[in-house]
Amino acid sequence: MNTLTAKFRTYWPLIKATQTGLLLSTGIAGYMSAHTAPDMLVLLGMAASLFLSISGSTVLNMWWDRDIDMKMRRTQKRPTSSGAVSPEETLWLGLVLSLLGVGWAIAIDALYGLVVFAGLFFDVVVYSMWLKRRTCWGILWGGISGAMPILAGRVLAVGQIEIIGLLLAAAVLFWIPTHTLTFSIKFFDDYKAAGVPTFPSTYGLDVTRAVIALSSIIAAASIGTAGVMIGVQAGILRLMVVLSSGLLLLSFATVFRPSERVNFSLFKYASLYMLASMILLSI
Amino acid sequence: MKMTSLDRVLLLATGLLAAWQVTIGIDGLGAVPITAYTIAFGVLLVAGLLMIILGFDVLESPIVVIVSTIIPLSLALGLVWQHLEGWRAPYLGFVLFGLAAVIVTRTFPIPGKLPTIVIAIVHGVAGITIFLLPTILSAQGITRPGFALIGLGGALIGLGGLLLSFLKAGKPIVPRETIFKILPALLLLMTTAFVAGFFFK
Repeated sequence: MNTLTAKFRTYWPLIKATQTGLLLSTGIAGYMSAHTAPDMLVLLGMAASLFLSISGSTVLNMWWDRDIDMKMRRTQKRPTSSGAVSPEETLWLGLVLSLLGVGWAIAIDALYGLVVFAGLFFDVVVYSMWLKRRTCWGILWGGISGAMPILAGRVLAVGQIEIIGLLLAAAVLFWIPTHTLTFSIKFFDDYKAAGVPTFPSTYGLDVTRAVIALSSIIAAASIGTAGVMIGVQAGILRLMVVLSSGLLLLSFATVFRPSERVNFSLFKYASLYMLASMILLSI
Repeated sequence: MKMTSLDRVLLLATGLLAAWQVTIGIDGLGAVPITAYTIAFGVLLVAGLLMIILGFDVLESPIVVIVSTIIPLSLALGLVWQHLEGWRAPYLGFVLFGLAAVIVTRTFPIPGKLPTIVIAIVHGVAGITIFLLPTILSAQGITRPGFALIGLGGALIGLGGLLLSFLKAGKPIVPRETIFKILPALLLLMTTAFVAGFFFK
């Protein structure tokens, strides 16, 4: 029992619990956004299969990027960098979690399983293995994979890929640069030391800040439009407008009044914004 | 000054109350009051979240004076629009002109006491409106007694605005640490009074 607990404690940081939890919440919101009486068994199965798939792809990414993580101060203490978990063990863990997650997803519904698989494929193969070390535009594919859980949830609820699902996916896709680009500004030196191309190192800080502002506008517009099309109550729509205004305000502040503090607050607020929006879409 | 966990909990409670007010508390009102109250409580919500994220350092920003003006002005406009039909247009004019005056006097370097006078007039009129209007209406029996709680909220927002304005002007009435110590509780109490006042109207 003690060995199991110790293993669990070692493995837990490999799944990046906060990020996985946030992506899982988008998947649940996608499902709940259909506003039909939820089938609790399906909902639980969806949550479990998504959790396993997202965790699996995160572990596989960590396995693939362990050499980069060793060079970056921010990630040097990860179990794969510190040697707490061997590369082989990490790979096996990632594969098992991914296979369990995707397999369970396909067993629930084929189309849902396909979207979940697409998310894993885009994240691990296209983003991490192929593009991350070659071009800063790789984050676009990271964004697309991040948008898959919400699309998957919606697909499972309505049985097809439709415009609302795509709008919700677009909202997450364009929210991700707000999150990751502010991150790449904050840890500019770390990424440079590891030789990972980022928007700030390729196009400069001004262009990066402009991209953050633009993507925030598109994310807020997408989530607002999706909210209207879903038919959320007027009060909830008002609250979404308020929260979106905060996001836009901070995005513009990063362009016109750039500072470390504004950058950090946008990074934090963007996560809160996404979590709050997901809850509001589910009500 | 470092923000404590209790401060963050109080600010989160303030934000949740403001969110509730925006979502449910103002349903069924006209377009202008809904817009005005959404702006007031929305600014309160976003400001609370930013304070949780950045701590009290956010109060160093020059935008604080403008933001702390938007809240009472919007609330006062909503109340006047709902209850003083004859004053709608002039009060809307005062709100727009007052806000523009505060933004101009705080954005461009203007010598002398004009920026302070502008702030004092705008805050004063809005504060008196929020304090007196609900108090009088409930005293006259036009609204239920609970509506007077908005007046209490008005008094508290006046106190908070006064403390922050003097702090920003470099002449704090009470020490800066004391202001930061009481601010989260003051904001929660004020928001609770507003939300309860609207609920029991």
